[in-house]
Amino acid sequence: MSHSAAPTEHVHEPFLQHHFAEPAQQVDAAKIGMWLFLVTEVLLFGGLFVGYGIMHGKHPEAFASAHHHLDRTLGALNTIVLLVSSFTMVMAVAAAQAGKRRHLINYLIATLSLAGVFLLIKYFEYSHKIHEGMLPGGLYSYKGEAVPGEFMFFSFYFMMTGLHGLHVVAGMIAIGWVLRRAVRGDFSERYFTPVDLVGLYWHLVDMIWIYLFPLLYLIS
Amino acid sequence: MADVLTAPPETGRRHFEPNYLNERRGILSWLTTLDHKRIGVMYLWSVLLAFLLGGIFAMVVRMELLTPKETIISADAYNKAFTLHGAIMIFLFIIPGIPAALGNFVLPLLIGAKDVAFPRLNLASYYLYVAGALFALASMIFGGVDTGWTFYTPYSTTTTTKVSLLTLGAFILGFSSIFTGVNFIATVHKLRVPGMTWLKMPLFIWGIYATAIIQVLATPVLGITLLLIVIERVWKVGIFDPALGGDPVLFQHFFWFYSHPAVYIMILPGMAIISEVIPTFSKKTIFGYKAIAYSSVAIAFISFLVWGHHMFTSGQSDLATAVFSFLTFLVAIPSAIKVFNWLATMYRGSIDLKAPMIYAIMFLLLFAIGGLTGIFLGTISVDVHLHDTYFVVAHFHYVMMGGTVIAFLAGLHYWWPKMFGRMYSESWARPAALLIFVGFNMTFLAQFVLGSRGMPRRYYNYLEQFQPLHVFSTIGSWVLALGLFMVAGYLLASLRKPYDAPANPWGGKTLEWTTASPPITHNFERTPVLTHGPYDYSPQEIGR
Repeated sequence: MSHSAAPTEHVHEPFLQHHFAEPAQQVDAAKIGMWLFLVTEVLLFGGLFVGYGIMHGKHPEAFASAHHHLDRTLGALNTIVLLVSSFTMVMAVAAAQAGKRRHLINYLIATLSLAGVFLLIKYFEYSHKIHEGMLPGGLYSYKGEAVPGEFMFFSFYFMMTGLHGLHVVAGMIAIGWVLRRAVRGDFSERYFTPVDLVGLYWHLVDMIWIYLFPLLYLIS
Repeated sequence: MADVLTAPPETGRRHFEPNYLNERRGILSWLTTLDHKRIGVMYLWSVLLAFLLGGIFAMVVRMELLTPKETIISADAYNKAFTLHGAIMIFLFIIPGIPAALGNFVLPLLIGAKDVAFPRLNLASYYLYVAGALFALASMIFGGVDTGWTFYTPYSTTTTTKVSLLTLGAFILGFSSIFTGVNFIATVHKLRVPGMTWLKMPLFIWGIYATAIIQVLATPVLGITLLLIVIERVWKVGIFDPALGGDPVLFQHFFWFYSHPAVYIMILPGMAIISEVIPTFSKKTIFGYKAIAYSSVAIAFISFLVWGHHMFTSGQSDLATAVFSFLTFLVAIPSAIKVFNWLATMYRGSIDLKAPMIYAIMFLLLFAIGGLTGIFLGTISVDVHLHDTYFVVAHFHYVMMGGTVIAFLAGLHYWWPKMFGRMYSESWARPAALLIFVGFNMTFLAQFVLGSRGMPRRYYNYLEQFQPLHVFSTIGSWVLALGLFMVAGYLLASLRKPYDAPANPWGGKTLEWTTASPPITHNFERTPVLTHGPYDYSPQEIGR
């Protein structure tokens, strides 16, 4: 019994939870769960996107005028930063699949650093807006607005990029957790589900930014 | 397992056999449990507590309406009482009631699994529920909320009552609901016992699965909407407040985009229970299995397309109103398909009027009234007259209380022996059910009449001509409350007895009846083997 490559042996895998019959079942369940979670995230942001669309329709001039205060260069730079971080995340997952622990750790560190760069650039953008008084709603105190109602644009700018920023922070925590487990040596070719799932989440965070960038920075 | 049916109850000895209730002891073993059965039981006591609290507010509201002017409380207190009644009943009782409490317990058992796919997420969902409930409690303690459970803007963004606390509570409860939904979908997809194909699943699973899909797809939109109310209140961002250039009707669209599907989050699990109870107590194979299964999914799908019927008088376009009205009629088709199939199942069956079946039949009667009056309200010309009257209140309660709560009671009585290993008193259950039926109809039939005569909902004072019907309705609410207290009494009394429930007290054919009552921690001694479909009753069992 012991020398045959019996499929029953995987019952002893330490990562297999008691209520699953085999690892593949556990992986599939985890992936279904993650995809459903991503759907809820899309719907959560969807509410803000719809709100933005409707308010943009009601106040087109104010939105067009207000968006000139955003720095397109920094926005584009951040887009590139996140795209590259998505690439490093893909490489991290590939490294995990191949069981290359050193590579996995390096790519995770790279992704984490790029996320940090994104937040740093966002910090400079935010502090400029805050300094000028271009704050959401009731806090808005900018005096030189060309069209009345520009505050509404900044309401959405801060709500949407703020919620996205929170997701970046959550992503960094998740990547940090996976990194710690990678250093500890939890992952192998046979078990790398957490890397996979965090990767999926990180791509979603990137994708939301891909939509936010033209919506907020490139109104024509 | 047939011999279990006839075996005499083995009392004393069974108390020492390990089961999920007694294997581990102490409060910590409950608070840290990952067992779906224990989480289901914790949910059950929590939602019942919420039901009691929401019920007390309902009694206060009904008492206040006994006379046309002030009866027991001020107008402000009245506004807060009906708001909290609605918010507690919806967010803390009905939405988690069947899926998270009963569903958590029986869903893995019904598909022969050891647990749900993500046990830790399951426990997290319970703690989020508790956190959300604490927020709701805090909003009550610090002054209450007077917006109605719908939180309509711009009033909700300008009133000084504790709207932010209650909406944050509902936001957190939303995530609790999403976690449960994600868990159940993954569980149904991956943890069915070998051989249980989709069309061999018990119908309860179909109903809960359709519910879970709505929970996952609709709740995030409510989440962001409630968050936007809080942000609007704190930072005056302007999205919903017309004074700032915002759009209050946008809030209604957002709110009903969730809250209409949410009505099906509440009713589909009720229908799911009825689909189990009726075949078991008719000893007959379910009629139209596929029709019932697919109609659950159809209801879930259509539910996303009808939110505008709450807004016929809000100024949305005539075209939108006509389309929403038509789509609303469509919901009646899958609902009626279910009702006719249940009736056909009972036809020439060997009907056993035990408590769960009494409630199931009560469900059929009350849901038929609730559903048909929904058609009245979906008709534009009629709705313009009945909008925001007691007719809407009565319709809603016939579906939600006459439908979901009665189905919840059916399920509670059906699975109580499985959950706690004890039989309750059938001779107490019957008069209690009668009181509930009579009290419920007294309370809410009167409100149909009130509404059709023009009594607006949520009003504190009313014209003297409405008083007789209001008095009738209030007396009905006392009868109803008495019946519910009787149920609580005999159910709790059963817990003082030693275990006396056989594994299969009703002669059910689904998998949960093949394991002990109460089940062992791992649910089944060994992975169950499917030998027959969920409702395969032989002709002998029909007893003809």
